Amino acid sequence: MIDVLYFAWVRERIGLPRERIETRAATVNDLVAELIAREDRYAAAFADTSSLRVALDQELAEFDAPLAGVREVAFFPPMTGG
Amino acid sequence: MRVAVQAEPFDFGAEAAAFTRDLPGAGAVVTFTGLVRDLSGDLAAMQIEHYPGMTERAIAAIAGEAMTRWSLVDCLVIHRHGDLAPGETIMMVATASAHRGDAFAAAEFLMDYLKSRAPFWKKEITTSGAEWVAAKDADEDALKRW
Repeated sequence: MIDVLYFAWVRERIGLPRERIETRAATVNDLVAELIAREDRYAAAFADTSSLRVALDQELAEFDAPLAGVREVAFFPPMTGG
Repeated sequence: MRVAVQAEPFDFGAEAAAFTRDLPGAGAVVTFTGLVRDLSGDLAAMQIEHYPGMTERAIAAIAGEAMTRWSLVDCLVIHRHGDLAPGETIMMVATASAHRGDAFAAAEFLMDYLKSRAPFWKKEITTSGAEWVAAKDADEDALKRW
């Protein structure tokens, strides 16, 4: 089981802030493909992953990063702090 | 080094004064504060979403890097989240060093990294609707100089 978190417009498109997912995805890209296959709202959120960022256990990562041992995955748009 | 991520407003002057106390060897303090800007003239509120846990970790890592890259006596980052009104203070950084060069450079570094590496997202609520603030290429480019 893995906790998947969504922020900002990703959260709005998918319609929830977090969920627990049973997955055998090897990488972030594999997980994204599984989510897209689920429902249109996921496909809408992940239509262009180049406009998204991902964090694994609260550290920024790449979409080809492995998920082995990861407990928390977060998807969000580029950050706009400051 | 202190990092605070909070919904509550803070008093910039009081924070700057408190930061400036007890800075052994410091001859320079640089402070920056960011305000909610009403560019279009119809901004009702700025909503700032963040990623609890990661936000604190990311800012602490950025501040820790600033402490090692420059000769800083101390640094402070306060960043708010939640609903803010136009003119309200969003965040501040303060840096202290023996000479001003390090404090200025570290404050700019902190700001550039906070803009695009700390997990905050701004949404502008105006009288005509709500819109997420888009990240600017210039903000990403700003990181290249460090």
